[in-house]
Amino acid sequence: MIRADRPWSKSADQQQTGTVANTEAQVSARPSLSVMAGGAKLECAAAGAWTAVHASELEALIDGVAENLGAQTASIDMHKVEAFDTYGAWLLERLIRERRAQGGETSIVALPEHYRDLFKAMLDSVFKAPPAPARENPLIAGVQKVGKAMVGVGYDLMAIANMLGAIGAATGRVLARPQTFRLTSAVHHLDRVGLQAVPIIVLITFLIGGIIAQQGFFHFRKFGAEVYVVDMLGILILREIGVLIVSIMVAGRSGSSYTAELGSMKMREEIDALRTMGLDPIEVLVLPRVIALVLALTMLTFLGSMAALYGGGLVAWFYGGMSPDIFIARLKEAISLTQFKVGMIKAPFMALVIGVVACAQGFAVKGSAESLGLQTTASVVKSIFLVIVLDGLFAVFFASIDM
Amino acid sequence: MNEATVIRVSDLVVGFGDTTVLDHVSVGVKRGEIFGFVGGSGSGKSVLLRSIIGLLPIRGGTIEVLGTNLSHAEEEQRRATERRWGILFQQGALFSSLSVLQNVQFPMREYLELSNRLMREMAEAKLDMVGLRPEDWNKLPSELSGGMIKRVALARALALDPELVFLDEPTSGLDPISAGDFDELIRTLQGTLELTVFMITHDLESLYTVCDRIGVLADGKVVASGPIAAMLASEHPWVKAYFRGRRADVRARRLAQPAS
Repeated sequence: MIRADRPWSKSADQQQTGTVANTEAQVSARPSLSVMAGGAKLECAAAGAWTAVHASELEALIDGVAENLGAQTASIDMHKVEAFDTYGAWLLERLIRERRAQGGETSIVALPEHYRDLFKAMLDSVFKAPPAPARENPLIAGVQKVGKAMVGVGYDLMAIANMLGAIGAATGRVLARPQTFRLTSAVHHLDRVGLQAVPIIVLITFLIGGIIAQQGFFHFRKFGAEVYVVDMLGILILREIGVLIVSIMVAGRSGSSYTAELGSMKMREEIDALRTMGLDPIEVLVLPRVIALVLALTMLTFLGSMAALYGGGLVAWFYGGMSPDIFIARLKEAISLTQFKVGMIKAPFMALVIGVVACAQGFAVKGSAESLGLQTTASVVKSIFLVIVLDGLFAVFFASIDM
Repeated sequence: MNEATVIRVSDLVVGFGDTTVLDHVSVGVKRGEIFGFVGGSGSGKSVLLRSIIGLLPIRGGTIEVLGTNLSHAEEEQRRATERRWGILFQQGALFSSLSVLQNVQFPMREYLELSNRLMREMAEAKLDMVGLRPEDWNKLPSELSGGMIKRVALARALALDPELVFLDEPTSGLDPISAGDFDELIRTLQGTLELTVFMITHDLESLYTVCDRIGVLADGKVVASGPIAAMLASEHPWVKAYFRGRRADVRARRLAQPAS
């Protein structure tokens, strides 16, 4: 007699002669399957709870028995089993199947009446395992991954170009019939991405202006060039930092929310519903959002640049000891309208990039929550990347036209 | 363990803000029966279900499931009870980032210590039981049809061999043939697995074919309960309209003249 809680012994004589009565198993309701010698035919007695809770214990037991009985004919007496569920039923069925594969027949005796249907249901269930995915050569898989990523980049660019084109076409249609423009929606989004973003944008650019000024004074002081801090501050903020910081902030704040909104609308088939009602999702959803973003980002760039200059001026006053009068006079000399224009011209283009990428990614969302998260991340990463690339291209452009 | 009443709800009061959705509701479900629950849209059927399974706070009354008073149960006791029931949500509520097989394995992975092989086999057995074809086992929920989602959700509800299953509109959104198949599936599984089923439904066909007893919720109260014959005899206006309205007419007349 072999107990459930003892590892199955492989010695042949124990298998044939072990007959110690098992009283504990009946009390503790742990599953057991004992083997008794019965001449040509092996007799096994099952007891305890053959249920989900004891499934792993039972599995070890079953595997042990299957391995050791070999090709002999056996019968399993089930009348002492106290509880039986699909887990127990399947493991019993698995024992029979495994033994059949080895050439041994197994019969089930005295299975309590009310468990028979359950066991029969298990017996009928056909285990057609789905074809396992073929193992690939890791090297080929690696190369494949790179290739797929490159193709993916191509598709991404196409999706972005597609969206840009669709927005252009929609703008054309709206210009032809201005009454179709969703003004309410545009104003609503302008409030969300513009007005509501003002406090955080102003705060961050204010701090960055202050930090740049502080660093300028700290390092320029070493060679007595403190006056030029104002030049650096003015040019840097108006040309580059203002628009760049605001664009990155807006990409993270509003671009991501555009992608998530459009993505979940896509998931719930709202976009399909719009389309079937004869409305163009680009015109209804995308155009107001992008136009709001273009207006908002331009205004925010202006506010952000001013806040940064203000922060720089305060630091110059309190840390650098430069009075506001001198700071303003110096600023007037150092910068021209050109610097201001360079920054402001870039802003709407940055907004367009962010809006187009965010909307394209939103439309690329598929059914799952995971895909929504993935596309939102991709939207932020790509739009920040493209904003910086675009900024570089603008630098080249403005340098070549002497601005 | 063999208490005759599996769910005992007494004087349950649930509300949101100023509105009281359930006003002193009492329901009892016996072991081994399929209890169907009907009520108009917005009558609070889903609220009742969600209160029983502990997703909504209750204002008064007691809820006893599988012999445990859930309002006063310790965390551990609660979990032990939760392990013994399975829930089929109306929209399936499958985890969208897991495949069909992983969805069914999820409760097993959390609650049982099984070998990977046994877990796979059990999940396959459950999916096979609910009639999902093997080629769909590795798909994601977004790639499934509505009927398949219900089947997978049922397989997941049955993953741990529960004693009690809650079904929230199991046949809604299915065509009559699929709905009929699903009813039959529930009946078969209930027979083989000795389940107790608490089912919210709008489907008259289900009420006639699978439910042993029916409870009707109207105006925040249970206005009628009993087998289908009792429903047909009820004089409550809503029950009358529901079971003897135009849509129910054909069915009721057929029942009134048996096998002639």
